[in-house]
Amino acid sequence: MTLLLILILLPAVIGVISWFISANKLRRQLWILTAFVHLALSLQAALYPPQVPSSSWIGIDALSVIFLPLTSFLFFIVSVYGSGYVAREPADQGPLPEEEGRLNNTSESVFTGTMLIFLATMSMSILSQHLGMQWMAIEATTLASAPLIYYHRNRNSLAAAWKYLILCSVGIAIALAGIFFLGLGLPAGMQDLTMSALLHNASLLNPRWLELAFILMLVGYGTKMGLAPMHNWLPEAHSEASSPVSALLSGSLLNCAFLGILRIQQLNAAAGKALFGQELLILFGLLSIGVASIFILGQTDYKRMLAYSSVEHMGILALGTGIGGLGALGAILHLINHSVAKTMLFLTAGNIHSRYHTKLASHITGLGKSMPITGFLWLAGFLGVVASPPLGIFISEFTIIRAISSLGMWLVLGLLMLFLTLAFIGMANMFLKMYFGKPDVAVKRENRSGVIPIFILVVILLALGFYVPHWLWQAISNAVQLIEGVKP
Amino acid sequence: MTFIPVILILSTMFLLSSSRLRTVIGVVAMQGLFLGLLPLLKSLDHLSLSIIILSLSGIIFKGIVLPLLMLKVIKETGIQRDVRPYVSYGASLPAGVLLLAFSAWLTIRMDFPAGTSLLIVTMAMFMMFIGLFLMISRRLAIMQSLAYLVLENGIYALGIGISLEVPLMVELGILLDVFVGVFLMGNLVFHLDREFQHTEVDGFILSDEASEGDSPKL
Repeated sequence: MTLLLILILLPAVIGVISWFISANKLRRQLWILTAFVHLALSLQAALYPPQVPSSSWIGIDALSVIFLPLTSFLFFIVSVYGSGYVAREPADQGPLPEEEGRLNNTSESVFTGTMLIFLATMSMSILSQHLGMQWMAIEATTLASAPLIYYHRNRNSLAAAWKYLILCSVGIAIALAGIFFLGLGLPAGMQDLTMSALLHNASLLNPRWLELAFILMLVGYGTKMGLAPMHNWLPEAHSEASSPVSALLSGSLLNCAFLGILRIQQLNAAAGKALFGQELLILFGLLSIGVASIFILGQTDYKRMLAYSSVEHMGILALGTGIGGLGALGAILHLINHSVAKTMLFLTAGNIHSRYHTKLASHITGLGKSMPITGFLWLAGFLGVVASPPLGIFISEFTIIRAISSLGMWLVLGLLMLFLTLAFIGMANMFLKMYFGKPDVAVKRENRSGVIPIFILVVILLALGFYVPHWLWQAISNAVQLIEGVKP
Repeated sequence: MTFIPVILILSTMFLLSSSRLRTVIGVVAMQGLFLGLLPLLKSLDHLSLSIIILSLSGIIFKGIVLPLLMLKVIKETGIQRDVRPYVSYGASLPAGVLLLAFSAWLTIRMDFPAGTSLLIVTMAMFMMFIGLFLMISRRLAIMQSLAYLVLENGIYALGIGISLEVPLMVELGILLDVFVGVFLMGNLVFHLDREFQHTEVDGFILSDEASEGDSPKL
């Protein structure tokens, strides 16, 4: 219990302290150190889950066991990369420049501090076992990440932050209405919204209110997760944010919103209404994959393309969960793979942007020669994100496809394959044109802190492509059991 | 007891026809005050400390602090009124009447369990719908943040109407979220106004060419 509280409070407290540390070097080291300690504690909590009373608002169950270390690990990688990034693109570069460029950043201490508070809110949303508290935590993630999006205070990032803040706040507000309606469906005399109480009384829940609650929460949290047609804010927020932030938004934050949907689906399943939720998840999933693939096809901005690719992969997660069984196993594995792949791609995109100062893919050629290491990583990321073997995403996507075909859902399978092909064409077109060709900038030595963290992610992605260890499958299947309504 | 929902419904209706930001902020502040009183009046016979804390913090945050913050934003940015909303003020009012009728119809149709205050639920639904309506029908960023506050007020009222007991910690957390959210929105409006010299949301053009095309390639 104390351990779980520390996981939430430690980054929050250090984050607030960071605001007041003026020594850049010390603050950056503190950032990495806090991230490392958080990672170590997360692993400890995942390996030896502390016993908490079932009425507790926070706890660690089979789903958190997967989400927590994943988020914490990616945050650690981003902190190593990010401390180099803020050194390379410093805040306070003198008077306001006239052109809208990368200058005029918010001061670095606010950035680092807010990053850590962002980690605290994400940890809280993962560890929440009370629906109200989870809502509060997910809304808090929006509030902590909005200022991060306008770290580069130019017009585009301000407008993107505005759209993000308004649309996600409204979406999440709708989810709150859903939670209140769920409260109406509680059996007489019960007022408890903790997961364990809800799951144990699931059969007594009024199915009508449960259905309404599920729809509102799916739409609400789905907005935040980036499911089409509520995904509108995502491409802008994820492409205008600075790259370490984009990496966290796509790689970690979307998962937290997905967890919000999984919690209510747990209730659906426990109440014997799994199918109702699954059908809606399949619908929203396919729609997201379809919309994303069409926008990927005509994309000119490489960070925006990565953002649409996140919409696509969130759709795959929803689809896999909707298929259930083997599909849900694939979805959770896919969640891990996608988080690793998307984090590495956004960080690589950060290297490219630092060098070329443009997000337009047409202005970049010959990455393979001008930035050999980053170019290689970019290509590796491409293979990862289009689910090509031998990288991990191939395994998880293939698992989901196998699940769909074993159920004989040929229409779903046909649409999925069509959309994936479209997305592949769009991405191949952009990635390969950027990689090959004649370089138009001079070759320069690449920054170590900018490539080593990304390499680690590539190695993990590759390893997951060859071999998914037994303990990981075990953890995933435990999580899937929860989604399928098993009481903890 | 019934006078509060009636006042809130009328004031929400009034929001639809006012273009002056000062007026809108005043009405939203008044809603915050009455909504803060609502749980207090609803449970006068079994008052508890948590209800008093909740009422007071609602009144302070939604009725006083946030409106003052908004007033500061409009003072510093010099924005006075939303002169050309997407849906005109003349057309907004009939839309509001329809939404009120719809809220009442929905509340009756939804067949709430006994003990639910149908008047409060109707009011809550109406405030939620008007919040969403204002969100999409007004052009100024600050109007959108006020619309968000109306939506949140509606959801808060829904919680009171169906008398769901949420632990005090969670209630306060939700209130804190709303407060920080509106605070950030105000801060953003300020920055947006400085960068764009206006705050009409359809004028926040995101064009890559404009921002990146001219920048020198190294």
